[in-house]
Amino acid sequence: MHPFTLERPRDLSAALAFRAQAGRNDAAAEYIAGGTDMIQLLQEDVRKPERLVSLAGVLDDGIDIGPQGLRLGASATMAEVAAHPGVVEQFPVISEALFASASPQVRNQATMGGNVLQRTRCPYFRDVGYAACNKRSPGSGCAAIGGENRWNAVFGTSDNCIAAHASDLAVALVALDASVEIRSATGQRIVPFADFHRLPGDTPHIETVLEPGEVIAAITVPAHPVARRSHYLKLRDRASFEFALVSAAVALDIDGDRIREARVALGGVGTKPWRVPKVEAALAGAGLDPEVLRKAAAHAVEGAQGRGGNTFKIELMQRAIVRAVETAGGRA
Amino acid sequence: MITAAIGQPVSRVDGRKKVTGGATYAAEFDVPNVAHGSIVRSTVASGRITVIDSSAAEKAPGVIAVLTYRNAPKLAYAEHHGTTDPAVGERLHVLQDDRVNHQGHPIALVIAETLEQAIHAATLIRATYASEAGAIDIGGVEPVPPTGEASKWETRRGDPEKALTSAEVKVDNSYVIPRENHNPIEMHATIAAWDGDRLTLWDKTQWVDGVADEIAAVFGIPAENIRVASPFVGGAFGSGLRAWSHVTLAALGARVAKRPVKIMLSRREMYYGTGYRPHTVQRVALGASRDGHLAAIVHDAYHETSGYEDYTEALLDATRFLHSCPNVYTRDRLARLNVHTPTWMRAPGEVSGVFALETAMDELGVALKMDPIELRLRNEPEQDEYKNLPFSSRSTKECYRIGAERFGWSQRSSEPRSMRDGGLLVGWGMATATYPMNFAPASAMARLLPDGTAEVAAAASDIGPGTWTSMTQVAADALGLPIDQVKFTLGDTSLPKTPPQGGSMTMASVGSAVQAACRKVREDALARGGANDLAEAMRHIGEPIEVTVDSKPGDASQRFSMHAFGGVFAEVAIDPDLGQTRVRRIVGAYGAGRIINPKTSRSQCIGGMIGGIGMALMEHSVVDPRSGRVTNANFAEYAIPVHADAPAVMDVTFVDEHDPHVNPLGVKGLGEISIVGIAAAISNAVFHATGKRIRELPITPDKLL
Repeated sequence: MHPFTLERPRDLSAALAFRAQAGRNDAAAEYIAGGTDMIQLLQEDVRKPERLVSLAGVLDDGIDIGPQGLRLGASATMAEVAAHPGVVEQFPVISEALFASASPQVRNQATMGGNVLQRTRCPYFRDVGYAACNKRSPGSGCAAIGGENRWNAVFGTSDNCIAAHASDLAVALVALDASVEIRSATGQRIVPFADFHRLPGDTPHIETVLEPGEVIAAITVPAHPVARRSHYLKLRDRASFEFALVSAAVALDIDGDRIREARVALGGVGTKPWRVPKVEAALAGAGLDPEVLRKAAAHAVEGAQGRGGNTFKIELMQRAIVRAVETAGGRA
Repeated sequence: MITAAIGQPVSRVDGRKKVTGGATYAAEFDVPNVAHGSIVRSTVASGRITVIDSSAAEKAPGVIAVLTYRNAPKLAYAEHHGTTDPAVGERLHVLQDDRVNHQGHPIALVIAETLEQAIHAATLIRATYASEAGAIDIGGVEPVPPTGEASKWETRRGDPEKALTSAEVKVDNSYVIPRENHNPIEMHATIAAWDGDRLTLWDKTQWVDGVADEIAAVFGIPAENIRVASPFVGGAFGSGLRAWSHVTLAALGARVAKRPVKIMLSRREMYYGTGYRPHTVQRVALGASRDGHLAAIVHDAYHETSGYEDYTEALLDATRFLHSCPNVYTRDRLARLNVHTPTWMRAPGEVSGVFALETAMDELGVALKMDPIELRLRNEPEQDEYKNLPFSSRSTKECYRIGAERFGWSQRSSEPRSMRDGGLLVGWGMATATYPMNFAPASAMARLLPDGTAEVAAAASDIGPGTWTSMTQVAADALGLPIDQVKFTLGDTSLPKTPPQGGSMTMASVGSAVQAACRKVREDALARGGANDLAEAMRHIGEPIEVTVDSKPGDASQRFSMHAFGGVFAEVAIDPDLGQTRVRRIVGAYGAGRIINPKTSRSQCIGGMIGGIGMALMEHSVVDPRSGRVTNANFAEYAIPVHADAPAVMDVTFVDEHDPHVNPLGVKGLGEISIVGIAAAISNAVFHATGKRIRELPITPDKLL
């Protein structure tokens, strides 16, 4: 672990100044909130900031539900949001995604902002014993391609990176058309959650649209009929405390036996939270008949590229979509 | 007076200490002036170090010393093969030359004032290697016979090939178990402190005497000069049976730094700095008559080992005697790779070999359309057909009967995919379990005090089975005292010598010594005190009296084949669409001799069952075949069962078994047999549920799609 100075700014503007000063140089200063991922990255020598700037106490930790929808302060913890009665009732997919994440101890500590900014679980990124990782050391290559890639992505990959995004919450958020409130010294901007994470392309080390000196202030989720009938299905090797092999966030607006509108997003398979609009289009107007659902889910595979160890995800994600839609629709 | 402490479900005498933080583990000893060591490990699997630059590390804050092969003192590394070391080969030497034998080979040791400073300085060391191709992928090498006596790794009785060819019904398949790591909660740690030429080691180990002997040989000093203390161990499962290189490095570092040095491995280092259960590939072919009598068994296996040691384990032992069969061929071979040496992991060999054998038996039952219990009953041997010796006791039939009854086996419909619960497929499977009764020489001390209480001690270890407690019971029983008047102590080389806590031999070995010492000191006290009552006798004597007794096995092993046996049953529920398997129930019935403490014994068994769930469904150290690095060397991606994976029903029965031959206490041991057969029972249940036979563990969702 590289030695660092822990800065504890008294307010947000002081916190923003540290990173604005550092510019694109991550090594100069990085933020820490709950620290459940950052501490791992520091201990494994994956991140080596000179300064660690604590966001404790300087960001909103509120959970507010109104006619417009849900607003999650960046500092709200996973545990608080997961158990919030309004979230449980009106945005079940968010609550379920959070309860399916990590462990109670981690959820007590980890925050909304930190959760969507957590780094990939790609084993080659996390082990500095491998020289090649474009995400960790730009230009060094990708050891995951041609390696043990069971944990890696089949969507949105490039020749430079196949690392999967690890957050469950993010999958639920992208399904519900959430937005990110971004704060900087000069003001605020709103970015659709779907545009917040970047595809790896040639720059897998740049994972989001956050600019130096910007932080996530809050995440907002619009009120919408689909949110109430939503569900998160997470598949993995053991029953709990494990990242997803494949997950599906589904939200439905149902009229009798017909799906009026559907939102479907996938986790464990994309280099970013992966929305599947073609599946949504195929589900719109469909009934909950298993054959129909299977056909609709088959649209998910478009653009999927398996690399041996992770090829099974292409089949599994279709089944996950079918099951999650059945569950959300009250059929499973 | 008999207290009948034996057989009582006594709660752990050290339980309060453990749950209140009062139990001190290796890294927690408060040794004044301790410095901290951090090991730098290679990032290639094979080659030579061409350049190692420690200049930046040496200048880093707090650094006391940096040791590499260029400046480290030369160590004696005298010939020494303890009973837990592979008999063939030479242990890894550290910081003695530029050679790299495996990924994670220690190439430098940094000693600094604080742990953080040591870890940081370690990251500043730059090494370049002349990398050699090496052999990493087990699929890419031709297995070879182990060095040494051929009869140990290749056996034949009858004419198995001919019998297999002419058998009416045959199954012939290959079974794969990937590398698994022990993953105890407590990481390995050592604190080393020299006082002149005397060394004290606070170490996480299953064998304090073994550590002393090994480090004595490495440093060329008498073992008497070394004290090893290990009163509490936070799980080990075999990882603490050998003294690994970090123990040497701690002692070396302390010698160079001239002050105590502590080294604690990180979780990632646990996958490189200690051993693991080797990847095994096993062909099992069974031939039988249509009425289900085995005509031939061929069990041909190989497994990984390092380039510097021949690690072999009892992979084929059970096959040679578990079921009656006139024609049996077994062969074990080694895939020598640029990996570090595997080691003993809970039921080493037996659990892997029995997985293959008992899955094959299930496949044979399917081919014969015969109930798996009936198939086993038809092949119940009269005696050990390999050793040609009678069993000292063998309760397989009783275990099948009681296990089946408690499980409700008679309600099983035999056809695969025929049992359902809503949308879930339900499967029931069973397997036989066995593990040898091991009994090694041990010593124990018993001391009676004038107040009528007793102190009893043996080196020993308690990695979790409850040895602190069960030995207290044995002592109390032999002394005729209530257990709260007996203070038992273990985990220190200053105490009478014992064998390693492995191979399920602690109660047989240490227990017999404790019993003998306590009986002797009681007799002595009554004789000397001239009383029939111990308390009165001690009042008369008015001073402590003490005996140390050596216990060793007699010739029973020449007259009997001695093993524990069991029948294990599992129910799984599988989501056919999503490939998710959950174990709902496990029932185990065991003939394991006398049960000293039914409470800790049950805990042993449910621990083994949960370990078996891990083996069956999730455990797998995923080795990158290009580099030899373990890609999931952490607790997030190396899955072991969490509470949610443990079934609500884990039913353990010990069948009534009195075996006068095994050892004075009549015990057979439980640590290992409790995991044997579980993975086979689960995989057989998975087949019953789905009709899919998964022959490569773990049975993850992708394999059931």
